Amino acid sequence: MGTVVDKLKAKSAVKKTPQDLYVRPSDIPQGLFVACEKCHAAIYQKELDENLRVCPHCQYHFRLNAAERIRVTLDEGSFSELFSKLTSVNPLGMPEYDDKLAKSQALSNMKEAFVGGIGAIDGIQVAFGVLDPFFMMGSMGSVVGEKMTRLVEYATKAKLPLIVFSGSGGARMQEGIFSLMQMAKTSMAVKRHSDAGLLFISVLTDPTTGGVAASFASLGDILIAEQGALIGFAGPRVIKQTIQQDLPEGFQTAEFQLKHGQVDLVAKRRQIKPLLAKLLRLHQPGAMK
Amino acid sequence: MNAIREDAIWAKIKLARHPKRPTSQTVIPLIVDDFIELFGDRAFADDRSFITGVGRFEGMPVTVIAQEKGISTPERIERNFGMPHPEGYRKALRAMKQAAKFQRPIIVFIDTPGAYPGIGAEERGQAQAIANNLFEMTSIKTPIIAFVISEGGSGGALAIGVADKVYMLDNSIYSVLSPEGFASILFKDSTLAKKAAALMKLTSEDLLSFKIIDGIVKEAEGGFHENVELTVKHMRQIIKRDLRQLGKLSEDDLLERRYERFRRMGVVAEEK
Repeated sequence: MGTVVDKLKAKSAVKKTPQDLYVRPSDIPQGLFVACEKCHAAIYQKELDENLRVCPHCQYHFRLNAAERIRVTLDEGSFSELFSKLTSVNPLGMPEYDDKLAKSQALSNMKEAFVGGIGAIDGIQVAFGVLDPFFMMGSMGSVVGEKMTRLVEYATKAKLPLIVFSGSGGARMQEGIFSLMQMAKTSMAVKRHSDAGLLFISVLTDPTTGGVAASFASLGDILIAEQGALIGFAGPRVIKQTIQQDLPEGFQTAEFQLKHGQVDLVAKRRQIKPLLAKLLRLHQPGAMK
Repeated sequence: MNAIREDAIWAKIKLARHPKRPTSQTVIPLIVDDFIELFGDRAFADDRSFITGVGRFEGMPVTVIAQEKGISTPERIERNFGMPHPEGYRKALRAMKQAAKFQRPIIVFIDTPGAYPGIGAEERGQAQAIANNLFEMTSIKTPIIAFVISEGGSGGALAIGVADKVYMLDNSIYSVLSPEGFASILFKDSTLAKKAAALMKLTSEDLLSFKIIDGIVKEAEGGFHENVELTVKHMRQIIKRDLRQLGKLSEDDLLERRYERFRRMGVVAEEK
């Protein structure tokens, strides 16, 4: 054999480094096929894209970057980005952080892990934010917190519903206490949006953990978890180390969170946009009449 | 030079974690008279890593919300080493809402290595409980003054730390996660905690310079346990001064200032 698919199978079996996460199987130019990251079945690249990057064999939801998420969620051409000029600095002078940022920027062609702006879903205008899980694990430092806060404040002022897709490992360690404080800052902004009677739908995608899960991502009026997503406060490795026991099957999956009453719905990727459209319509001013 | 700095910071952390360091249960009666402890979250359990209740500060009714690590080994186990479960955060929020209802100021003592990472904690929504406190504290219409006693670990500390004024005891630390956790993520080796601690900027001086906290509470040369009275006296002075100042504000101004206090936090660059 020795085909690209075999190589990809071999590759997916080894432990991934953060760098590997950027170079996804689909990025290999000669590959007409992609190996599913879960069942390892060979999938036509084109078929995978048409299926919104969900494995047609095992329903594994490949992680989406910010641009892909915008493409599959918002009406075509409706998105206009806000606050795009914010960039991170290295406030604690943490070693290697500048390099990591530069590398992530070069690989992703984005300035930071959060993209926010205005877009439309089935013609309904929304303030829209997305965390890119490929950009430093979607971690929240000062810029992610600031962009999210500005987006929420914009939505409050413009009386817009807010939709945010989270995909994040949590607070960005390299910015220390500043990252921690973004949890308070973003949550406080969400409170004001909520007090203004406006709708916030938070969509939790793989992974939503740590300081992002323990702040704005859990504060939607409605929480939608994408099928199969890892959702929780502490990472499974930390919990395992702490309790010195194996974790139950399916622990911290979207389905686990639904069972324990922590999210409103679990949805397949293809269902999310129509679901958002329906919910938005239900919450439109005058919908009661 | 680096080694000297590492040693100095590690010495502070050792004082923060000193086995004799007074915990909330020692501090509360020295600050609050006639303290009545009130238990439970009314939904699942009473989380023993939290002490909540009411009492008087110089005659004025106050609510106390405190994390408690415990003193003896059996008590430390009972208190889960000060690592709360979701019911602890919900118990704290219940106390806060009651304080707002009866217009009692809130005095918070933060003392936790972090929220507990366990199966039950996840099943009952640790992330949701913490997030909800951050959200609700935005509009608790009564002054909130917080002190970090020893360790302010991560979201588990911040979940009761959205206050109008935040202070740290001189030898306490407040950080995004423990130096051990940081070392295991950054260096893949938790034994390099000392090295990590020096990089993290988690001392009271660091946080004051970042304007994350409003002041530093004095400690004796050998740490809080060497002269409890000195530290408690300073805390009482701070509470008295702040309650007088914060008490003059209208509810709207109080909440606006609280919002702005956290709104300005973070360091970013913005291209023209």
